[in-house]
Amino acid sequence: MKILKLRKERLDLFASVVQQFGELHAPVEQDGKYVFRRLARWSEARLEYDRTILPPKKYFLPSREALLRYRPDEGFVPCTEGLNQRIILFGVHACDVYAINILDRVFAGKYNDPYYQARRKNIAIIGIDCVPDKQCFCRSMRADFVEHGFDLFFFDTGGYYQALVGTALGDDMVLASGNLFEAVTSADIDEYKRRSWNKRRAFQLEVEIRDLPEIFEMEYQSEIWQELGEKCLSCGSCSMVCPTCYCYDVADDVELGSRAGTRTRSWDSCLFANHAQVASGENFRGPRASRIKFRFYHKQRGFVAEYGRPSCVGCGRCISACPVNIDVVQVLDRLRRVQDVASR
Amino acid sequence: MLLADEVATRHPVLSDNPYQPHMARIVRIYKMAENNHLFTLRFLEEHLAHTFRHQPGQFIMLSVPGAGEMPISISSSPSRPGVLEVCVRRVGRVTSALYRLGTNDLVGVRGPYGNGYPIQEMAGNDLLLAAGGLGMAPLRSLLWYALDHRDRFNNITLMYGTKRPEDMLFREELLALVDRTDMNCLLTVDADPLGTWKNHVGLLPTLFDYARIDPLRTYAAVCGPPVVYKFILQKLLALSFPKNRILMSLERRMRCGVGKCGHCSIGYKYTCLQGPIFTYWDAINLPEMI
Repeated sequence: MKILKLRKERLDLFASVVQQFGELHAPVEQDGKYVFRRLARWSEARLEYDRTILPPKKYFLPSREALLRYRPDEGFVPCTEGLNQRIILFGVHACDVYAINILDRVFAGKYNDPYYQARRKNIAIIGIDCVPDKQCFCRSMRADFVEHGFDLFFFDTGGYYQALVGTALGDDMVLASGNLFEAVTSADIDEYKRRSWNKRRAFQLEVEIRDLPEIFEMEYQSEIWQELGEKCLSCGSCSMVCPTCYCYDVADDVELGSRAGTRTRSWDSCLFANHAQVASGENFRGPRASRIKFRFYHKQRGFVAEYGRPSCVGCGRCISACPVNIDVVQVLDRLRRVQDVASR
Repeated sequence: MLLADEVATRHPVLSDNPYQPHMARIVRIYKMAENNHLFTLRFLEEHLAHTFRHQPGQFIMLSVPGAGEMPISISSSPSRPGVLEVCVRRVGRVTSALYRLGTNDLVGVRGPYGNGYPIQEMAGNDLLLAAGGLGMAPLRSLLWYALDHRDRFNNITLMYGTKRPEDMLFREELLALVDRTDMNCLLTVDADPLGTWKNHVGLLPTLFDYARIDPLRTYAAVCGPPVVYKFILQKLLALSFPKNRILMSLERRMRCGVGKCGHCSIGYKYTCLQGPIFTYWDAINLPEMI
């Protein structure tokens, strides 16, 4: 992999060069929090952000997306608006890139999702490393580093950003910037290693994911699910802010006074009451306890069976978003805890 | 009318779009029972009408223009191509919209989806098909597949039960099978208040008294409402049926049919990809399956 470095003061110069490759989006501040948004000017970008409210999945799987439109004389015709729009996402954290790599696998496979894939192809990702805060547990989820899925990835090494060039497009961005980038020296590499070591020690949360699937099976009947079910409001906030929650609902909206309409998909959540309900009224996950159990189960156990790893990347968003303070790390801790039955 | 082929050439980005329905004409609507109609569909794209192939047990996503899309089992056998038959019960918004359509109206079809019955594995064995009520819809595809390839299977037994004679789906064609000597067609109704029924009267599991079943060389395909699974499974397990020889066809909410939308997941399997046919062994290992 090509590895270069960029003097920090030159980042704004690089950002202006990169705009020729697409519309520049980055985290900006909004009411004390951060959101990915189109930049009006580079100075808006906040690259030392903790986490954005919504993950970058909103670019690849928009919260509402028209799939097809129907006209009685035309039949079903796909909607392609926005699919070819070129965007540069500047400042994506490793866990979020990792999450996009997970979505890549979900939206590929035997049935490729061409809407997702078209957006993925046209949206460039420039990653940036970060300092873990009290809600980050990406290291436990093996998502604190990514080795692919980005075009460029910047590591802060003090006076420089050390840049991994992930794709040919990333290389083109480097080349387009003329001689902004420099070769790395062994001193730079040492500086990187020092910072990597410090980052490792900065994590305050830890989850052990080995044999977690087995523990989920053993604790399937645990009373913890009943307790969580009584606490959970089924608001679905955790799903909306989750970088790997991809469930969607599909609805046909008919234009008034005609038989024409649009088929739209929109974000859904397995916590919503009707998620597993069929037309006859039967609901395969009716009780709230069974819905919240399913969410945990699918993230931490089901996904392992399907894709070889949990779909959780440890970004900590669901911990901030939950209005009743359901904390995924605490839940996993409790599942792992030895229940000293004799002393009860 | 744009056919899906033309749509694909106009939108190269989406040329291979699994969400693209193909228009099909309703060529026949047959009322088998109250609110249980059999719709016969034929693709407008002539080449699709000829080349569409499915496995018994697979399903399609059926679009009713202006109402929505829903998963429906294919009731016709792949051994009788050209048209697709789907048995639809009027229960919800989209099925009600379908019932407002008439012959020659258009619907959208994509698929076939799901795993279907493991036909290769079942070949050379006895077949026991056990269905209650609407459960006959997916099994009817398997039934005619087996009868059209009679030499590939050993003994074939069908057990089908409904509440009343007038509820029985595919009634005429199944009654015609009762006299066949190369299969054992057992039909029963829970009750026959009008006294018109000439076959068995009694609950579905009582038909086991009229069938000879060798669990080690039989595949049992079971489909029906939960009560059918409960009692048929009891019977099969009492016969020491191996759990991987009991095949169940499951119903789930589906929005995509292709393993993306998440609604049909059971534990860690998608009903639309790894199902809708699951073995009883899967069922034991997957939470909340039945």
